[in-house]
Amino acid sequence: MSTGLRYKSKLATPGEPGACPRARARLCPRRPPASHRVFPSLPRTPARTRTPTRPRPRRGQAGESGLGKSTLVHSLFLTDLYKDRKLLSAEERISQTVEILKHTVDIEEKGVKLKLTIVDTPGFGDAVNNSECWKPITDYVDQQFEQYFRDESGLNRKNIQDNRVHCCLYFISPFGHGLRPVDVGFMKALHEKVNIVPLIAKADCLVPSEIRKLKERIREEIDKFGIHVYQFPECDSDEDEDFKQQDRELKESAPFAVIGSNTVVEAKGQRVRGRLYPWGIVEVENQAHCDFVKLRNMLIRTHMHDLKDVTCDVHYENYRAHCIQQMTSKLTQDSRMESPIPILPLPTPDAETEKLIRMKDEELRRMQEMLQKMKQQMQDQ
Amino acid sequence: MDPLRQSPSPCSSRPSSPKTPPCEIHGYVGIEDVLDQVKIKAMKMGFEFNIMVVGQSGLGKSTMVSTLFKSKVWKCTLPGLGMPIPQTLQLKSVTHVIEEKGVKLKLTVTDTPGFGDQINNDKCWDPILGYINEQYERYLQEEILITRQRHIPDTRVHCCVYFVPPTGHCLRPLDIELLQRLCRTVNVVPVIARADSLTLEEREAFRRRIQHNLRTHCIEVYPQKCFDEDINDRILNSKIRDRIPFAVVGSDQEYLVNGRCVLGRKTKWGIIEVENMAHCEFLLLRDLLIRSHLQDLKDITHNVHYENYRVCRLNESHVLPRGPCWVNLAPTPPGPPVAPGPSKVCRQAREDSDDDEDDY
Repeated sequence: MSTGLRYKSKLATPGEPGACPRARARLCPRRPPASHRVFPSLPRTPARTRTPTRPRPRRGQAGESGLGKSTLVHSLFLTDLYKDRKLLSAEERISQTVEILKHTVDIEEKGVKLKLTIVDTPGFGDAVNNSECWKPITDYVDQQFEQYFRDESGLNRKNIQDNRVHCCLYFISPFGHGLRPVDVGFMKALHEKVNIVPLIAKADCLVPSEIRKLKERIREEIDKFGIHVYQFPECDSDEDEDFKQQDRELKESAPFAVIGSNTVVEAKGQRVRGRLYPWGIVEVENQAHCDFVKLRNMLIRTHMHDLKDVTCDVHYENYRAHCIQQMTSKLTQDSRMESPIPILPLPTPDAETEKLIRMKDEELRRMQEMLQKMKQQMQDQ
Repeated sequence: MDPLRQSPSPCSSRPSSPKTPPCEIHGYVGIEDVLDQVKIKAMKMGFEFNIMVVGQSGLGKSTMVSTLFKSKVWKCTLPGLGMPIPQTLQLKSVTHVIEEKGVKLKLTVTDTPGFGDQINNDKCWDPILGYINEQYERYLQEEILITRQRHIPDTRVHCCVYFVPPTGHCLRPLDIELLQRLCRTVNVVPVIARADSLTLEEREAFRRRIQHNLRTHCIEVYPQKCFDEDINDRILNSKIRDRIPFAVVGSDQEYLVNGRCVLGRKTKWGIIEVENMAHCEFLLLRDLLIRSHLQDLKDITHNVHYENYRVCRLNESHVLPRGPCWVNLAPTPPGPPVAPGPSKVCRQAREDSDDDEDDY
């Protein structure tokens, strides 16, 4: 049910096993991870206590065109999501508004399945007049919250799909001297709705001293403008020293200076992901070259669950409280009886959703029938 | 003679009338010593060159200027670095006299911090066009005086270097809007800024796409095809046109590479040498601006762009020049006059002057 797909993906739709071998291969790097925590918090997932739904993080990304967002997504998840993408020409860009493109991919590693949805925002910041260019994005985030709110308040709560955006990767241009007005505008519009992780894109055009200065500058400006970016949680005092050291390094490197690449090059006799320049080779997974490994570890290995928690406990709750307040104030205005359970007016479902609902109902009925049969059989025995 | 070319400049070597028959000389006269005389005069007077750099902040404009002229053009801290983005576009000019082997060059660099940095960049090109037209106006006012100075100070912008951000995709709407307007008023040389973020293949692909965009939108960057005078020019300029926009990297720091001291940027994976053709095309830009086409840039500014401006202004004041008397110009109208493309105005000027001749 990925709406708005503009291109045919070569990957499987969720549920088709074995159709995307590349996506399944090598989520872990060649070197063994320093921390042994691959999906550490999955056993503690509250989702497990409901039905065995798979963890499904949803990631949005925003930033001007040409900052390497798509390439970075390739590198992070080692998947080729945008193979058939058509880049717009200049004429087409002039009349373009910001689009929202969703792409879902299933990743599996050692029996643990991950349903990942990437939301891309082509056209952001491209126009001459970028006033409110973040509006389509805030609308999208709100829409997902609203959908979840409806589902949560609805009758059939067993199959709620969590489409809320758990993390937003914001790509800051390395060519500026800090945050641009568009960057500040976007982050202020979204920092109360979604976890924002700012990144410095295309970091291979900066020398180390410039990266340091830029990071300091960005941190200062984030404080100055009162932007609430995603804060890494404090680690517990009973964690081992290694982990604490890693955590410290992580916090000090924010915002991460990243480089992405889809090409494999030969460096020092090894085949690595990198970019080949006449003056040298940039290795994406070399910690001395960029913070890509830190970002990947943070997003997937150590902080994925925390991102989802903060989305559920903080951003969604804020949205929900705000929504309920609005509704109750509207009800009192209409001078009707105050309902303790806020009931949202049911939307008129479109044909596709109706079909899906019918399908799900059929499935449920079939499963119930099967259960009945099995119970009968057991009783007969 | 090419109908699109305006009247030749005083220092053009073309004969005044195409019909003068060549005359043979029977011995050595010494005409070539004229070149020495010109050289001595030029050394005394020095040269002027005015360059403007346009682009978003952080694209390395100020560093590029310092690299081009191998001197700290911005004596104080580089504008834009460490300072907040200005709310409106403010143009900053700085003038230096650079001397090399007795030849003096009075260089004026105009920077445009704040261009394209706002959320709403509509009409952010107006201050730039206003500045350029203001310089033309200043020159015009000096030119039409009854007693004019022997050497009119030339503050007109001879070349505008436009820095395209290295997105790797294609020109953005803002780039196209600005280039369309700039190309009608001044010589524009677009460059791909901070090209060290693109690999060689990405650069080529980006360059081709930009060239395609320029053709589609009829943007004529320098060297313009219509001003090639002869076959040699065309060959030389075609080579340049094929490489435009140049992918450049600027730096004012020196590092030791293979025993030589070179300007470059030192990263963890290697040193990017600014003057190495295998690394970037800075040398092509420098040669174009300084070593081979400096005089041509000035000539085209004077003979084409400035003349277009002059014709527009005179048309506005509804008084056309009659013989050697000076012109009564109305005061400058508010806002810059909109000058159409060079070719159109040239043809119109030709028709006007033809009409004039019929009147006498």
